[in-house]
Parts: sequence; structure tokens; C-alpha cells
Amino acid sequence: MSETRFTDQHEWVRIEGDEATIGITKYAAEQLGDVVFVELPEKGRKVGTGGEAAVVESVKAASEVYAPIAGEITGSNDALAADPAKVNADPEGDGWFFKLKIADKGELGKLMSEAQYAEFVKGL
Amino acid sequence: MADTSNESLRRTPLYALHLELGGKMVPFAGYEMPVQYPAGVLKEHLHTRAKAGLFDVSHMGQAFLSGDDPARALERVTPADVAGLKEGMQRYALLLNDNGTIKDDFMVARLAGEAALYLVVNAACKEGDFDYIAGKLKGLATLAPQPDRALLALQGPAAEAVLARHAPDTAKLTFMKVGRFTVAGAPAIVSRSGYTGEDGFEISIEAKDADRVARALLGEPEVLPIGLGARDSLRLEAGLCLYGHDMDETTDPITANLAWSIGKRRKMDKDFPAAEMIMGKLLEGTSQRRVGIRPDGKAPARDGTEIADKTGRVIGKITSGGFGPSLNAPVAMGYVDTPFAGDGNEVMLMVRGKAMPAHTAPMPFVPHGYKRNS
Repeated sequence: MSETRFTDQHEWVRIEGDEATIGITKYAAEQLGDVVFVELPEKGRKVGTGGEAAVVESVKAASEVYAPIAGEITGSNDALAADPAKVNADPEGDGWFFKLKIADKGELGKLMSEAQYAEFVKGL
Repeated sequence: MADTSNESLRRTPLYALHLELGGKMVPFAGYEMPVQYPAGVLKEHLHTRAKAGLFDVSHMGQAFLSGDDPARALERVTPADVAGLKEGMQRYALLLNDNGTIKDDFMVARLAGEAALYLVVNAACKEGDFDYIAGKLKGLATLAPQPDRALLALQGPAAEAVLARHAPDTAKLTFMKVGRFTVAGAPAIVSRSGYTGEDGFEISIEAKDADRVARALLGEPEVLPIGLGARDSLRLEAGLCLYGHDMDETTDPITANLAWSIGKRRKMDKDFPAAEMIMGKLLEGTSQRRVGIRPDGKAPARDGTEIADKTGRVIGKITSGGFGPSLNAPVAMGYVDTPFAGDGNEVMLMVRGKAMPAHTAPMPFVPHGYKRNS
């Protein structure tokens, strides 16, 4: 059973047990345009809530990706190094960024549901 | 992105067409301009290099300069050889401040059989440039800005064939030649030039004809509309400077590696602003120089990135940087201390606190496709 939550920074968080997979939303990928480079965190790194976790660069600009919840990085999507365009092609699937071991499941309650996020994007 | 009140922004005559084409409009140089269309920057860039792209550059400043001898008059503010410019030719020129720093760069053309010179300056600088030129040339020449003219750029290897369908005689032009033609029924000033490194044309037409001419060109199968995003990546790969980034009012022509734009006669006569200083730098060298830079890895280094030597000592700064779609690799240009200015020197780029290895590299990064006189 997995559940996907969203942030106002246009990240998605897929929760499976104690682990979360994180990436940027379709909306974010469209806003960024063609992604040409992604810098991902190393395994074992501890990230705090809102801490810098990754960098995504499009043809136009570089953007930081912040950790939506605190945790320890358990892996990252190495396929993006060779093919960063996966972020545009499948942002909420193959274009995932990193996984982390959730430090405090209580933080998940602050994140938006899919319906709330859809509403949020509509208001932009 | 900064929120800018759209009400204060100007629009080009092609604004409605940009919206119709799905252009993503952003504030640029006081105008609402398309940064990209639905194809996206990457595809627009590659399409321009493969076939042809149409750019709206109507925000740029166009003007005529008339007088007894407008060429000699203009030489008071530029080190380019304007007096020696032959009829039907266009030339790249720097607009200099009294202290020899670069106020702008521009194109100057001498149309066959016409006394007035035709100028095109950068959008962000146009009001300032026009005031400056008019003031400096007061009593010698009269500058007439042309706010009712639009400017299109048709760039890419298919540009010649495309434009020939609407203006057959334009195919006779070679690089940096210019003339008056009729394009899709509209009177036009057409030059074989551009800002992409590709073969191509810049087409100046009256604002009232712009929409019709643009639609005629976009109707050709080879042509896609191209936004400012790809315009920037194309010019960077071509090694062409962006004013305000790669040179500005703190830069002199020699440090900017633009000495080639100073006319031979002008160097001998030393009759341009701060000529002694500039010629001194040409002979004795400068402390820094503008160079091309290729990061060894995949991470782009943006404008403002510090450049260090292998020991970590700062030796310069990136002024333009990003991803080069045609190279599928990051590219940049910037200024480094002169001992590092040769090609192939190892340098470090300080990206997000990390030292990324890079090398100085010759420009253009992508060979120019200009159709020169054979």
C-alpha cells in the first residue's frame, strides 16, 4: 500500500512503510522546461525538513529541491545522470529523485493530499 | 521569477501571434516576450540548427542616422570603421563611453543609394543609446528612432530557401550584406546576419506588416517559432556576447576580446573614445580576458559562478553559462586572469560550494554556418 502526498514546493512524496520516494510534480516539470542536469544526494546523508536535498537544472535555470520531510537518504535515481529528460517524460514515475527513511511520520500530516494539491495548482 | 506588473510592459506587433502560438510570455527588457513555445527550449534550439527558426526581435532598437556625413559622425562614439563601410554592407560595432568602456554593441548598415545609415541596438539599452548618440552627434547628424518598425530573424540552414519563396532576390545576399526587398508583399530591409551562429536573415518591416509576414514565414514547413530561451543558448554556443552579461560599462573592448571590431584605420588614427587607453591595452595586454569555458562534467555553471585555479585562488567569473543543446553538454563564457586565457587551461568552477573541473576552450563552441562570399 502506498500513499502519495504533495508539497507547496511542487514535490511529491510516495510513502511505503517507513520509506518515502520523492520527486517533482508534473506541474513543476512543465514549469522548469527541459531538464538537463540533476544533482542527487548521497546515500546515508541526513536531511532536515526543508533542507536542500537535490538540484534540478533546466535549459533556463537551476532550482533547489528541498526535503519535504526529515530523514536519512536511502537511495537516489542514478538513471537521471545519463538521462535527465526522464524528469520531463515521467516526473511522477521514472523521473523520481531520491528515497529516504522517514524520521518522523507525524510530519506527513502537514503535506497535501492529491486533491488538495490539484486545488492548490489550480489557484496559481 | 520576479512579479512584474504587466501593465508597464510593452508589447511587440506580434504579441497576439505569440499568444496564439502558445508562447510563454515573460518580462524582458521592458517587453512581454515569449521565452519559449510549446516545443520547448531544447527542441527549438535543435530545430533552428537543423532547419529554420523564426524569432521576434521587434523589441530591439532600430534607427536611421542622417546628416552631411553620418558615418564620420558615428565614428565619434564607435571604434568601428563606419566610413569605410561599403554600400549594401552591415558591420558589428561597439558603442563606447568617453572612458572607453562598452555602452552597448550594435549593427550599422549602409543601404545602397541611401545617405542615412541604418542602426540596430539592444532592446534593454535602446532609449539610453539613442539619447547618447543623438547628444554626442548633435549638430553633425540626426538620429531618427523607428519605433514603428518590427524586426524578425529567420535563422538556420533552411532560412535561405524559405525566405527565397517570399523574396527570391534575398538569396543573393551573403553574410553581412543588406538591402531593401519586398518580403511577402511588404517593403523590408533584409540583412544576412543573426545571433545564432547559423546562416540566416534579419528582416525589418513596418509594424503593420509584421503579423502577416511572420505568418507567411511560419507557414513554411521548415519553420518553427523560437523564443528567447533558445535564442540565448544558440548565441552562447556561437560564442556571441550578450550585452549586460558578457560585457558592460565596466568592460573595455580589449578585455572583452572584441578588438577585431576596431577598424584598422581607426587603430592608426586613434580617433575614437579613449583611443590611447584602448590601444595601450591592445599593445600591452590586459589583466583579464573573455574566454570560452567547457565544464568537464555535466553540471552547468551559470552567470556569476566564480572561476578558480587548481589551488582554489579565484581567477575570474562566468558571465554566461548554461546547457548547450547542440553539444549535449554545458558551455560558458567568462573572464579569467590573462595567464589562464589560452585554450585548454584547467580551471575550477565553484558551483554550489563545490569545485567543478573545467577547461578554457576556443569559441565558437559550435561552428558558424554563415554563408560568406566564396
